[in-house]
Amino acid sequence: MNDRTTSDALLRTIRTQVMWNRLISVVEEQAQALLRTAFGSVTREAGDLSAGVYDVQGRMLAQAVTGTPGHVNTMATAVRHFFDRFPRETMCPGDVYVTNDPWMGTGHLFDFVVVTPVFRGDRMVALFASTCHTVDVGGIGFSADARSVYEEGVCIPHSRLVSAGRLNDELLAIVQANSRNPIEVRGDILSLVSSNDVGARRLLDMMDEFALESIDGLAQHILQHSREAARAAIARLPSGCWEARMTLDGYDAPLELVARLAIDGERLTVDYAGSSPAQARGINSPRCYTEAYSVFGLKCLIAPDVPNNAGSLEPFVILAPEGSCVAPSRPAPVTARHVIGQMLPDLMFGCLEAPLEGRVPGESAGSIWVLAMSGAARRGPRPFNVMSVGLGGMGARPTKDGLSTTAFPSGVGGIPIEVTEAQAPVVFRCKEFLADSGGAGRWRGGLAQRIVIEGRDGREFACSAATFDRRDHAARGRQGGEAGALGAVIVEHAGGETRFEGKGTIAVPAGGRLRVDLPGGGGYGDARTRDPECVRADLEAGYVTEAAARERYGWPR
Amino acid sequence: MSDARIRLAADIGGTFTDVVIETPSGRHSVKVLTTPRQPELGVMQGIARVCEASGVRAADVGLFLHGTTLATNALIERKGARTALLTTEGFRDVLEMGFEKRFDHYDIDIERAPELVPRPLRYTVRERVAADGATLEPLDEAGVVRAARAMLEADVRSVAIGFLHAYAHSAHERRARELVERVFGEAGDDIARTVCISSEVCPEMREYERLSTTVANAYVRPLMAGYLERLRALLDEAGVRCPLLLMMSGGGLTTLDHATRFPIRLVESGPAGGAILAAHLAGECGLDDVVAFDMGGTTAKICLISDREPERSRRFEVGRAWRNLKGSGLPVRIPVIELVEIGAGGGSIGRVDAMSRITVGPDSCGAEPGPACYGRGGREPAVTDANLVLGRIDAQRFAGGHIALDATRAREALERSVGDRLGMDAFWSAAGMSEIVEENMANAARVHAIERGQAIGEFTMIAFGGGAPLHAGRLAQKLGIRRVIVPAGAGVGSAIGFLRAPVAFEVVRSDHRALDECDAREVDALLEAMREEAAQVVAPAAGGAPLVQTRLAELRYAGQGHELRIRLPEGAIDAAALASLADRYEQEYERVYGLRIPGSAVEVITWSLTLATVPPAPVPASVPAGEPGARPSGERAAWEPGRGERAAFALHWRFDLAPGARVAGPALVAEHETTTVVPAGWAARLDTAGHLVLEAQESAR
Repeated sequence: MNDRTTSDALLRTIRTQVMWNRLISVVEEQAQALLRTAFGSVTREAGDLSAGVYDVQGRMLAQAVTGTPGHVNTMATAVRHFFDRFPRETMCPGDVYVTNDPWMGTGHLFDFVVVTPVFRGDRMVALFASTCHTVDVGGIGFSADARSVYEEGVCIPHSRLVSAGRLNDELLAIVQANSRNPIEVRGDILSLVSSNDVGARRLLDMMDEFALESIDGLAQHILQHSREAARAAIARLPSGCWEARMTLDGYDAPLELVARLAIDGERLTVDYAGSSPAQARGINSPRCYTEAYSVFGLKCLIAPDVPNNAGSLEPFVILAPEGSCVAPSRPAPVTARHVIGQMLPDLMFGCLEAPLEGRVPGESAGSIWVLAMSGAARRGPRPFNVMSVGLGGMGARPTKDGLSTTAFPSGVGGIPIEVTEAQAPVVFRCKEFLADSGGAGRWRGGLAQRIVIEGRDGREFACSAATFDRRDHAARGRQGGEAGALGAVIVEHAGGETRFEGKGTIAVPAGGRLRVDLPGGGGYGDARTRDPECVRADLEAGYVTEAAARERYGWPR
Repeated sequence: MSDARIRLAADIGGTFTDVVIETPSGRHSVKVLTTPRQPELGVMQGIARVCEASGVRAADVGLFLHGTTLATNALIERKGARTALLTTEGFRDVLEMGFEKRFDHYDIDIERAPELVPRPLRYTVRERVAADGATLEPLDEAGVVRAARAMLEADVRSVAIGFLHAYAHSAHERRARELVERVFGEAGDDIARTVCISSEVCPEMREYERLSTTVANAYVRPLMAGYLERLRALLDEAGVRCPLLLMMSGGGLTTLDHATRFPIRLVESGPAGGAILAAHLAGECGLDDVVAFDMGGTTAKICLISDREPERSRRFEVGRAWRNLKGSGLPVRIPVIELVEIGAGGGSIGRVDAMSRITVGPDSCGAEPGPACYGRGGREPAVTDANLVLGRIDAQRFAGGHIALDATRAREALERSVGDRLGMDAFWSAAGMSEIVEENMANAARVHAIERGQAIGEFTMIAFGGGAPLHAGRLAQKLGIRRVIVPAGAGVGSAIGFLRAPVAFEVVRSDHRALDECDAREVDALLEAMREEAAQVVAPAAGGAPLVQTRLAELRYAGQGHELRIRLPEGAIDAAALASLADRYEQEYERVYGLRIPGSAVEVITWSLTLATVPPAPVPASVPAGEPGARPSGERAAWEPGRGERAAFALHWRFDLAPGARVAGPALVAEHETTTVVPAGWAARLDTAGHLVLEAQESAR
């Protein structure tokens, strides 16, 4: 090889990397545009959204860092489903497609997925897709009480939202007619469209700059290198087969999750055979959502630095029996899908405990507790409908304490009390750490919190308990660490206190208060080996009580 | 006697303190080492030297402008006062919970920056105000007194008081401050203690950010007050008796007294000075839209300046503690010049990841051990190593010749960390690092511009700071920018910026309601009150100079989470003015996001009023035409990224260039603290003000 060929090859290598970086930046722009224009606090304050770019075969090439893991794999496969209904050759410049089908999108009706093909001249060169949690899609609202998906709201099958530049207003009108928040829902869907446009424009700019007619070569490079990196990461693990189980509270009866992880060289398979069948109420996790959180959990420990795309996700094979609670068949209800879905990373961690001994954190509070509150407004006939989130503790890490009141695996954050109170006639009375809620261990599990809410001026209100799990089954510790505290829901009223069980709708009477104790994270390692300085500091701060220090940490030593 | 035309400016940075004096006969500047224990000593030393160099007596100085990173450093190094927090009962942990969010999804080891007030020093008291400002529960005064006594007991030196919804109703905070101060007054010792309230420091919705800002202010206040007092005394002693004004992060100057009370507003004064300088240069060069690009040792900062006004915002993060990642620092809400900060500097480290991709930063090797070529034990290749190997910098002349660079070590580090993995030699590894770091900066700039609906390709870039002139040309090519200016005195850009800054102060009020529910007369009265508040700060420092006001409303569609800042019409606010505001919002929304949301109510979140003196009018600079090409002093082979190969670069010494002389790229124009890379296809000329102006000569990128 002469010098010129060598340097051409090296230059090509560098330019390909530059373009790969650019693509990641483009989808980040797309996500930021969405974050700023979306309605509803769950999307804008907590970040429940996702954005990505795909090659013309529908393979995801890059996904924005901004967003939440539940949308990773779901988004990765969503685009291909569109091709089944609208073959590629029928897509035209100016077309935009939409769906909120839980099985074809991201797992529940609240998330609309919008896909925009990008054309350079007459030729399709890529597709952009984005999704976010809209405020309301009708049906019984945010609740696990539905018996089928039909009760959960309006479902839009794969449809053309914009046809050669013309907006399909009838379609939007159907969604709006079914929503309690028609203006916001329309705004959210249009925001998805415009965020895809941002991505499309930037991609075309990049193609101009690098004089590219297609991105197929770049796609090939990205997918191949990512696939190889993921495979190499898997191959570094010992081959073998491991199983983990977890019992959840369920809607009104416990359910069992079982996962078997098999690693054979650079092949990895998870099989959920043996998990409970689909549940009668809306906590089932559609297959796409199950895949998303399973792979997220595995990647956290196996290949955290490998970016998400079709290549890096491909080596992770997730099997789940059709009709189970992790792969329910239509029309199973699915609104509160994260009750099951967001527990799966902990289950994956359980499978990896043996092959990755000493590197696996304790279990976390898991599924975020969505505080979906509603009631009569202070003014006007329209009832209020507001969403906040409650976050428990994260599991202790092998070398440090778990993060307190932080969602894991979900990527969402808390919503400021002042924002929620400005939106709805509710008053928070407490949002404070719960002492002793973090599982004891050499490293302590993350602390949970207590949240107390009352209606403004003593009015009554309702709150859905759809997502409140880990009230009977705690986040377990690892390597001898103890479990985190259980969650609890108490209604305080004139006659005293009533414990609320199950995942139905909590009625808080006039003058009453809702008290929510979130679950804590599991501990790591033997509590009696915890550094005395750490125990002392915990005592001083009140994260651990004297009694617990004596009992669990053998204090004073 | 003091002469108003003689002005002095000092900028204390982490390593150097820059002092500049400007007199009718010219400008002198000096860099002295920062004296961290007593920063005022470095300042005085610098003042003495510039006075001597310019032949000015201390008593002649008419005005002294000052900016410092002292508050920032105290926050990052956790060296502030022992601070307590008093907050609403039930919300003791808001400060520690933060955003309750992981800033990196996949890294299970992340850690948050520890809060400034640990739990034992967080006290609560019964009281409650609702979102609309109504009192739900009165303030428990006995509880405040009990807490204050406990604080004395705990040897607290500074107190932050922050109650829920205090931005809507501040009476409880004010009363609590009174009570705490009374208890402290009765302590009978001589220890100074200070109390800050959130409704004064940061009267804005969102409890965590408001508390975080108030606590940070309380935390640095004793330290800053002590420093400013000592500095004032030393100045008086040295005969510099002129007024002292402090540079704030929002780009305005304020009085010593105000700075002492709200030191948190000083945190980003250095970068603000840079942005002000760029805005001023835009005026000098007759440009409307410029992008300021400042690249130092650990980060690069990019700021968009439209119509000669830097963009402002009120969100900033101090000290990103975990791998320099966004979200890992302390949030503060203060008026700041809006800029993006990227973990891309001379010290940013290059590596190869699992996908065989070269990555650069966001972490940096800092000054110790520094890049491998410093020869102080650094083994990882930094951007400076890459620039050295690429032939862009002269090993003998780096940092004014203070640091001799070792190219062999740079090559070894590049091969070890990058080349060996990718089958590249040190030169190509360096080329890859350079392209990636430039790409990272270009991406950040592009995202930043697009978020604001700006077409960055039509901007002119102004590059200053040690690293920027090396990368500005390539960055401009990537962004489609066709003109780059490397100003005279680029090395002390922030301090020169202070000299160009107006005396200014921004007052904000959260007032969350639908725009069509606002009573125009109430709004007008509110703005008038805000003007008076601003005038109290600005007037004493303005010395009778005329003042201009800028009034903005932060608006959004009801239900959204991000606001756009819209300028209010001039004159009294009436119903028509409010209606026009909604129109302006929708126009701006459409410009930025490409659509409108019909039927959705527009709501106001915050009113803002800035009162400022009129900045000095720039003296137009021009590039003399028709000068012949400059004769290079030599030639060096260096990386030419646009061509993707090594090319012969002509070497020039900036101070040998005559105004108007044309330097055709590829060329390197060296000066004491940096080197400007003129890419192939570009040409550079000095203008009459001494700025180096680079222009693309052809359409090729």
